[in-house]
Amino acid sequence: MLSVENLTVSVGPFDLVSDVSFSIGRGEILGLVGESGSGKSMTSLAVMGLLPRPGPSIRSGRVLLDGADVTPLEPWQRVEHGHVPMAMIFQEPMTSLNPVRRIGDQIIEAVQVREKLSVAQARVRARELLEQVRIPDAALQLSAFPHQLSGGMRQRVMIAVALACRPQVLIADEPTTALDVTVQFQILGLLRRLCDELHMAMLFITHDMGVIAQLADRLAVMYAGRVVETASVGAVFDAPSHPYSRALMDCMPMHSMGKRRLATIGGQAPRPGTLPKGCAFAPRCSNLRDTCHHIPPPRLLVAPGHEALCAYPLVTEGVT
Amino acid sequence: MTSLPLLDVQDLKTSFSVRRAGRTLRVPAVDGVSLTLAAGEVLGIVGESGCGKTTVGRSVMRLAKADSGKVLFAGQDVLHAEGADLNQMRIDIRMVFQDPFASLNPRRTIGHSIGEAGDINGAFDSSLERAEKIAASLTAVGLDPSFANRFPHELSGGQRQRVGIARAVLPVPKIVIADEPVSALDVSVQAQVLNLLMDLREDLNLSMIFISHDIGVIGFVSDRVAVMYMGRIVESDDTKALLAAPAHPYTKALMEAIPVVGADRRILPSTQVSEPPSQFQRASGCAYAPRCPLATAECRETAPLLRPLGATGRLVACHNI
Repeated sequence: MLSVENLTVSVGPFDLVSDVSFSIGRGEILGLVGESGSGKSMTSLAVMGLLPRPGPSIRSGRVLLDGADVTPLEPWQRVEHGHVPMAMIFQEPMTSLNPVRRIGDQIIEAVQVREKLSVAQARVRARELLEQVRIPDAALQLSAFPHQLSGGMRQRVMIAVALACRPQVLIADEPTTALDVTVQFQILGLLRRLCDELHMAMLFITHDMGVIAQLADRLAVMYAGRVVETASVGAVFDAPSHPYSRALMDCMPMHSMGKRRLATIGGQAPRPGTLPKGCAFAPRCSNLRDTCHHIPPPRLLVAPGHEALCAYPLVTEGVT
Repeated sequence: MTSLPLLDVQDLKTSFSVRRAGRTLRVPAVDGVSLTLAAGEVLGIVGESGCGKTTVGRSVMRLAKADSGKVLFAGQDVLHAEGADLNQMRIDIRMVFQDPFASLNPRRTIGHSIGEAGDINGAFDSSLERAEKIAASLTAVGLDPSFANRFPHELSGGQRQRVGIARAVLPVPKIVIADEPVSALDVSVQAQVLNLLMDLREDLNLSMIFISHDIGVIGFVSDRVAVMYMGRIVESDDTKALLAAPAHPYTKALMEAIPVVGADRRILPSTQVSEPPSQFQRASGCAYAPRCPLATAECRETAPLLRPLGATGRLVACHNI
């Protein structure tokens, strides 16, 4: 449904995203995971055609929507040319919703982008959308302002706005990071159900490996603008190949219950422009060899459908 | 434990006025909470947004005005302290806030923010001593002393939270109330900050109230846990015992919601989830009854009291256990 081929996004001479490729099928959820600054949000903005201007731009690579190349098109041109609809949910529901407009009006506006409906018809559709995201008393809540809703409810409204264009590709950029664990659980459950019911391809961006484990079918781990590991969720959690994936999993508190210290990743992620000559993760790697500092790591196929950007991928016993 | 607790909170109640549709409603944010903190102990308070856990911390700090109840710090009344006593208490009980972006003054240097508590209380004899102590506290939280001359916007989220911690331990307090100190941080940075807090706890012999919605984080840092729901404590015990065998249905639900790695925890389209109830229309019985799988007619009528379960120190507020 969505495929990204060798995408490179740069600002001046610096690559923020380099050579990123992935594809997502209908009804599938791909988790894109990495720390702040790893380029995951930049990737999603590039895919949506929403890169800030002036600023970073796509230097090479292609974004294919259902086989059609949409890379050079503005978002409004994608609508005009009748390309497959795609939508995005952002991290902060409070800053993405207009605080002085009722949520019903904001959903109606989104509905009318793609469909020529009267306001009354669009209002009926808006109510259906609120019901679809399981907001109780949907008809009443249409007249609520964003500040009158809880964080979880606001994020549901954002999802309703995103669904207004009947998207077949949905990008969710850390949609639950600002929410409680229990509310996060509810929103993840909702997204999973919507993805199945509406046969959407979903790109789910997060820094939390636990969320990926619960929700995604496949994952791509990003570090310093590159995808360093891709595989099915089960394969990565059973036997991570890249030392960075392993380190991300180890620093979750649940893994250290009863231990005296949490595992941490030493050092800091490199900034664009200060990338080392060899492997970008080398200065923080626990499995470092001499050559890592000098030779860029190869992309190795460690198992069918499981790739790692590492010269010395971790080997787990019993796995071939 | 026979000695007097360092902090003793008894039947604390704090409520807020909220205006909705032209009417003013009282929302009881904290509705009769009692807890104790022993010297050197870390007490975790866990619960969802709106359960009142932050208000407990803020009431103890007197940042929110309690309606009734008592807070005793080493036997002294906190809620009615004035003048010099209050100033001393504000040195002894300190807070680390959730949002490292909002809690530092953007127009003051880091050094100013860290030194302010000491300045107000005359803790520094000379400007040289002040500079030395600020440098030492920056070093203690793993930052370079040159950060003292920088401004918050020059720092990353993790660095700012380290500054928030440095500020809370100069001059050295007895108790630190940490209100969601790592919720705004990346997982890898979160681990570093949690390790730092635990190191400081040991080095400075701090007692701590650690407030979080993440039972995984609480499980790592705290010795004892109190689980809050709608302004009340529903279960409390030693951390290990509680996590090994949660008794209250709400504690179980909280634990199930933690994202952990494992095939049995996958979210499927059929996974059932429930919504928190309204703050305004409280049921007369147990506040958790509308979401509870075990709820009976009794639960909907009478609110359960916190009572001991067995002889292990476990307290639970539930009719069905």
